[in-house]
Amino acid sequence: MGERGEKFEVIVVGAGPAGLSAAYLLAKAGVKVAVIERGDFPGSKNVMGGILYRQPTEEILPGFWRDAPLERHIVESQAWVLTEKAAFKAAHRHAAFGEEPYNAFSVQRARFDKWMGQKVREAGALVVPETVVESAIMDGEQVVGVQTGRPDGGLYADVVIAADGVNSLLAQSVGLREEIPADQVALAVKEIIALPREVIADRFQVTGDQGVTIELYADSTWGMVGSAFIYTNRDSLSVGCGALLSQLVERGVEPNDLLERLKAHPMVAPLLAGGETREYLAHLIPEGGLRGMPELSTHGMLVVGDAAMLGNSMHREGSNLAMISAKLAVETVLRAREAGDFSGRALSQYDRLMRESFIYKDLRKYRNMARFFESHPEFFALYPELLNEAAREMLTVDGKPKRRKQREIFWDAMRRRKPWTMARDFFGAWRSIA
Amino acid sequence: MKQLTLEQKLFLNGFRPDEESHLRIIDQEKCRRCELKQCTYVCPVKTYRWENDQITVFFEGCLECGACRIVCQECENLEWSYPRGGFGVNYRTG
Repeated sequence: MGERGEKFEVIVVGAGPAGLSAAYLLAKAGVKVAVIERGDFPGSKNVMGGILYRQPTEEILPGFWRDAPLERHIVESQAWVLTEKAAFKAAHRHAAFGEEPYNAFSVQRARFDKWMGQKVREAGALVVPETVVESAIMDGEQVVGVQTGRPDGGLYADVVIAADGVNSLLAQSVGLREEIPADQVALAVKEIIALPREVIADRFQVTGDQGVTIELYADSTWGMVGSAFIYTNRDSLSVGCGALLSQLVERGVEPNDLLERLKAHPMVAPLLAGGETREYLAHLIPEGGLRGMPELSTHGMLVVGDAAMLGNSMHREGSNLAMISAKLAVETVLRAREAGDFSGRALSQYDRLMRESFIYKDLRKYRNMARFFESHPEFFALYPELLNEAAREMLTVDGKPKRRKQREIFWDAMRRRKPWTMARDFFGAWRSIA
Repeated sequence: MKQLTLEQKLFLNGFRPDEESHLRIIDQEKCRRCELKQCTYVCPVKTYRWENDQITVFFEGCLECGACRIVCQECENLEWSYPRGGFGVNYRTG
């Protein structure tokens, strides 16, 4: 930290995917920028399920995948619909996913962000670790810096970029963010489970650095709105689950119990057998979609990434939204810098760029999804059961004529949910994601 | 695989605990009246435990996720902040 009142052009708060992206692009553009991080190093406080997409990451760091610490490139994505004793599985693998430059990677944020922090330093930004930002320093209604937890810890800048994560105390301190309602955020827990490389290769049918993702629904979260995942790393698995905080509260479920229940599931346990837990992590995930998105800019401040509550649970996207929002924020800052105008009006360019981007369009597309599924628990319990029971019935060879089996499946479903209600459920579900 | 207790899992994580808690219950009387005591079960590491008619805060194992802050916002009875710079959990994998 410099002397009292040290002035930067831009201060970025938080060294996650959003903050590091913003700092990197700014430094590359010759802007005097500092990143303030509360952990020991960039990444030491960061948690993600673990899938990083190549294309959006390359918008920040072209060719990163050649030397970044990545786990595996993902060649296959699976979706499992679980009941207590069964799984209905769908999978897609394509040879193209196994070819450079690849589509997605499993990563461990503590490693990846540490590496990215180094890139940010090399680009000329100052990375300040072990420093908590407590609030914004105001001059009237203009944000002119941040107050850190250090003695004489005021740092000044033309613009502050709040990239301090889902809890963003900074965005809240200037009134850009309200308290998060418990139904607009998921609480996820995860374990890193070590397994030998050859065991992972066998169990997931991959070679070399190929990897697989599995998303698990329904019984994986005990019927709560949420999902679980198993991702292959180099020599470990990332295994986690998350559900809306409101539902965990309502159902009185302890997150660790939910994870242990998942790990013990008859379809999951064999994948983990012999594994050793290495780390236990927790994180809140923005689930409010468009509804949860706050104002994105004010006088002298922009909000990016999780701090802006950007998340697309339907498509397992978060870090890409963080990076792209950072890129748009940087575009805005560079224009404001050229004009020498950092007023709220000048910075509202960022809101416009966001609205024109796929981020806003996607969040808009799924704006009713979370609420729909929250009010239709059947999709996390009854329908998965019907699906698995139907599959089991049709696959059981027992001398019963197939037409009779079909009839029984049909009438069983009709008995458990009225036909009209069911039609409405599926029409509603389709509409909420279409 | 071998099932670990929560305590055993936390033993695997890297922590640098501060001397003072970054989480503070404002008024224990409010907790006594709190019906659900959500913080005691929703926290992934059971930071908050109801013992001897009051909430005890085991902040040393906190993963800094922020769930407690949200579930307690109705009562406004939790002073929530991050640990001081450099303190708290240190993830090796993330």
